Amino acid sequence: MFKLKKQFLAGPYIVWIIGFILLPIVLILFYGLSDYHGNFTFDNLLSIFDPIHMKSLLFSLRLALICTVICLILAYPLAMILNSMHLKHQSFVVFVFVLPMWMNFMLRILAWKLLLSNNGVINNILASLGLPAIQLLNTPSAVVFGMVYDYLPFMILPIYNAMSRIGHDIIDAARDLGANQVQVFFKITMPLTISGVLSGIIMVFVPALTSFVISNLLGGGKVLLIGNVIEQEFMQTMDWNLGSGLSIVLMIFVIASMAFMNTHNKDGEGTAVW
Amino acid sequence: MVKKIGSRIYLSIIFLFLYLPILVLIVLSFNNSKTRVKWGGFTLKWYASLLENETIIEAFVMTLQITLTASILATIIGTLAAIGIHAMKSKGKAIMLGATNIPLLNADIVTGISMMLLFVRFTELGFSTVLIAHLTFDIPYVILNVLPKLNQTSKYAYEAALDLGATPLYAFYKIVWPDIRPGVFSGFLMAVTMSLDDFSITYFTKGAGVNTLSTMIYTELRKGIKPEMYALSTILFGIALILLLVMNYRSSKKAIN
Repeated sequence: MFKLKKQFLAGPYIVWIIGFILLPIVLILFYGLSDYHGNFTFDNLLSIFDPIHMKSLLFSLRLALICTVICLILAYPLAMILNSMHLKHQSFVVFVFVLPMWMNFMLRILAWKLLLSNNGVINNILASLGLPAIQLLNTPSAVVFGMVYDYLPFMILPIYNAMSRIGHDIIDAARDLGANQVQVFFKITMPLTISGVLSGIIMVFVPALTSFVISNLLGGGKVLLIGNVIEQEFMQTMDWNLGSGLSIVLMIFVIASMAFMNTHNKDGEGTAVW
Repeated sequence: MVKKIGSRIYLSIIFLFLYLPILVLIVLSFNNSKTRVKWGGFTLKWYASLLENETIIEAFVMTLQITLTASILATIIGTLAAIGIHAMKSKGKAIMLGATNIPLLNADIVTGISMMLLFVRFTELGFSTVLIAHLTFDIPYVILNVLPKLNQTSKYAYEAALDLGATPLYAFYKIVWPDIRPGVFSGFLMAVTMSLDDFSITYFTKGAGVNTLSTMIYTELRKGIKPEMYALSTILFGIALILLLVMNYRSSKKAIN
């Protein structure tokens, strides 16, 4: 009897899930699979094969992939360094990476825009060293740079979490049994942090694939990602059916990458990021 | 030794990367020059004129209202939900956790658009629609922070308290609550951070009259950001820094005791 009562505490949240998580997804499916008059159609989904849409989707995939790889390369050694510091309070690490979010992310990206601009600090430093100025802004590289900046914490924290859970005795045991540092890394650290790496990849890849603000800010309107296309369909062209159809395609990619994570993540512990 | 120096340098570079834009914004808030690229000397005038800038203050109050209301409600609903989910059998638990992951892992733009499609069907876009949207992405953060703490609590202590005649509420307050309190608190803090920093979901679910700091910045991009905005962000950042430092100091003191 009492057990039953306790589960009822989730009641408001179950109502919330149905009303505000599942129902909106049903609606996006409804809009995406119908035309302006409400007739069933696959046209909105198939419009992804329109050359302009296809180009921006492939371009988004490419940038998101590059961004994810860079984040992983930067984050993994960083997590190892942080872990080797044996901080007493691991919450401090979370603190350091969450604190910047208290300054609006668009302002922070705009600050980078100042630094990267043609007469900005970075080109001034290059000039004082006698080096030629480089065009940094309004290029795909600038967009990737902004994405790496914004999403790097989401790669670091899950990897660091997974790493800090590895018991020192396991590593000590391996060393006692004659494993060298390289062997310890490949036989212990890497396999035990794979769940953190996978959640990090998802937490970076999905927002990078679907972002539209960073490309607006740093791409100067020249970088058209699939997120920008969808935003324009909703806010400018006002073709909600087409926009929903493209959103469904985007959702398919998100679900596919989540499924990929779940099949490769056997212990299922990596999903908790914080 | 070389390895240690190397890792220190690497650490510094990453921190510079993360905090350089913040430094730039702080410097800009004291810059006595209308153009952003030139340093015109030190001034506090943007802090003074901040209070007179009604649009910024209005957006700031709106942001605070949405952030605090959403975070407090999300903490209550999320904590209750976490207790409920914790008591569920593994199948129910899996379904609930799967649903909880949807707003966390789904693309912001899709979450925002799908909620907008729901709202325009039944109501007008405005303050309450933004609030509902924020609650939807805040609750999962609370649940994911509270659940691990619940897993650490011993259910026997709670049952023993009940056997000894405590009411469920009293037993919860005396036994479960002290264990999960840090999780509830960090969940609340994550909700505040996410609400404060959100742009995409607010952008799609807000009505014409509603502007948070994020959406205001976005609409002002072409006109150029007002220097008062830098002053306000610097103040916000300062408050967050002090708040988090105090909390860290207190928790480390507790750990020593």
